[in-house]
Amino acid sequence: MRFFQSIGEKTLYFINTLGAMAIFALKGAHRAITPPLQPYKILQQVYFIGSKSLLIIFLVSLFTGMVLGLQGYYTLVKFGSEGLLGAAVALSLIRELGPALTAIMVIGRAGSSMAAELGIMRISEQIDALETMNIDPIRFLFTPRLAASLISFPILTAFFDVIGITGGYVTGVLLLGINRGIYFYRIENAVEMQDVTGGFIKSILFGLLVAIICCYQGFYMHKRPEGFGAKGVSMATTSSVVISCVVVLIADYVLTSLLL
Amino acid sequence: MASCIGIEMSSAVPLIEFRDIKKAFVEKVVLNGVNCSFFEGEITTIIGKSGVGKSVFLKHIVGLLEPDAGEILINGVPISKKTTDAMREFRSKVSYMFQSNALFDSMTVFDNIALPLVEMRAYSKEEIRERVFLRARQLELNEVLEKYPAQISGGMQKRAALARALVTNPKVVLFDEPTAGLDPLRKNAVFSMVHHYQKRFGFTGIIVSHDIPDVFYISDRVAILNNGKIIFEGTPIELEQADNPEIKMFIEGEFGLIDKLTGLYTEVELEKAMQNALEIAGVKGTEVAIALFSLGNLEEVDEHVGHIASHKIFQCLAGAIMDFFGQNAVAGRTGTNEIVAVIDEMQDKKGSGAEEILMQFGDMLRSRPFLKKESYPRVCKNFSIRASIGKFKRNVPCDVIINGLRRQLVDIASLKCPKNLYKGENRQ
Repeated sequence: MRFFQSIGEKTLYFINTLGAMAIFALKGAHRAITPPLQPYKILQQVYFIGSKSLLIIFLVSLFTGMVLGLQGYYTLVKFGSEGLLGAAVALSLIRELGPALTAIMVIGRAGSSMAAELGIMRISEQIDALETMNIDPIRFLFTPRLAASLISFPILTAFFDVIGITGGYVTGVLLLGINRGIYFYRIENAVEMQDVTGGFIKSILFGLLVAIICCYQGFYMHKRPEGFGAKGVSMATTSSVVISCVVVLIADYVLTSLLL
Repeated sequence: MASCIGIEMSSAVPLIEFRDIKKAFVEKVVLNGVNCSFFEGEITTIIGKSGVGKSVFLKHIVGLLEPDAGEILINGVPISKKTTDAMREFRSKVSYMFQSNALFDSMTVFDNIALPLVEMRAYSKEEIRERVFLRARQLELNEVLEKYPAQISGGMQKRAALARALVTNPKVVLFDEPTAGLDPLRKNAVFSMVHHYQKRFGFTGIIVSHDIPDVFYISDRVAILNNGKIIFEGTPIELEQADNPEIKMFIEGEFGLIDKLTGLYTEVELEKAMQNALEIAGVKGTEVAIALFSLGNLEEVDEHVGHIASHKIFQCLAGAIMDFFGQNAVAGRTGTNEIVAVIDEMQDKKGSGAEEILMQFGDMLRSRPFLKKESYPRVCKNFSIRASIGKFKRNVPCDVIINGLRRQLVDIASLKCPKNLYKGENRQ
């Protein structure tokens, strides 16, 4: 009996959380399009989420591209098709790895930080203080992060794709000796606008999901059934990273199946 | 109103009224039928032991918490019947100073104080700067405006939170333990500043505090929260005179023996000492000399020189009284700027009349640094020390003695600042 009760409780909690998260997201989106707009705060968040993630994105994308170039070359060479390496690397990155790995990297760097920051603001009554000053905390804290994520994710994804393709070029052309012209010719022939659009649609959706999940976890950390204070913040941060990663990969699969 | 003991409710409609408010967290009942009223333009202090739910009580007013049962009325209208716009309008006039300060740790002190004004979007950058600098000056925060909250002391953080609460010139200010963690001088300076601004701007103040009796000097009304209910609501004088055993026990437990600012007795202890001295004098068939000392023009000093400076002057006066009359004299603080001393057998010791003793004390005061203009190199404001003395027999009530002495106050020493010498005199 207890087993079913526990399942019931968890299901209800899950449904409640989904509902609350949807309301939170809608409120944030509504405040993003109604005045007063907050361009300076959005810019600050773009700097934090976007600019400050550039180095990690650069490193991850470069080595991802290099590994793809290496693995792709030794696979394709068996079929005498090593000339297709450029296309293989570019399509993998633009359609799949670019948006997904960018999202996961940003979750680790900026998503966890958003959850922790908002969680600490909650436990130190800073969010309550905003309410008492008649400042809408959702507009003040969540909306700039949401808008900045929507702006930053596609730009970071584009950056990831370009550096990744360059990484593939380093291994394929500079180290393994594929003709440079063929590498880029294959990319130009294989990649279509639809691939690029699909990749960007994914990155926008991932940006939306990551901002909602991470900010929600921090903003409402006091409503968690377990853990208060510092422990609660740590749990909210962990949850934000784990849930965001899983949701991003699930959304990736769903969106890929719809786009193909 | 059944739970309010020993009070006569004002006929005016309260600005904020709690009616049978109940609040529980899981199974812990914090408020269990609270009835209480707050009137416009008054300072009401809520006292109670730690953990009785004073902060919870306060958070209901700003809507941070909602009651499980009961009703909160604003100007006689239940919150539930107010429109969203009306509630937003009311809340825009309310400021809240948190016990934990709730300063934004990623913003500088300046940005913290300016935040409510910036978000109002009703003021120019220049106006915001002026208003922030004004509050910072009044609270002695000029030096730390560019620092982050983590880089300043706890006391400064408290003052920064206070500056933020007052920067919008609110109509209602809720203070949750505004003096927690401050030293006695700054505690009294904060209370004095709250009192000063309340008189100046006429806001309604609701203070949650442990600092009795200091907080009583500035309170118009006091409410005691105990076991989830308001067990007393009335003026500080009514509280002192309350004969309900539960209230008496509470007050005796909470009142300290010594006033932390002056090191003298608290009002309650002084009263006991006065009665004791009068009893002994009655048995001996002698009289007791009792003197009252008061600082005149303290409001001006508060406003122009600063609240901390005015309290330092008061501390110096207390020190001078103890130095002159000796450690055997019993002295206590009876108001924000008032000290009463029971000078037993003074005449025999000094060989002079009571009035002459006061004159000698005045001479001694004039030699003290706090009464020399050189001690105020930047800003100087005239103030005077006033005193009266009388001899009293047994069976005269203490309040009659003190009120009688208040009517006979005369200047015994004063600080006269030279005119036009201090360019920065109008610091405001």
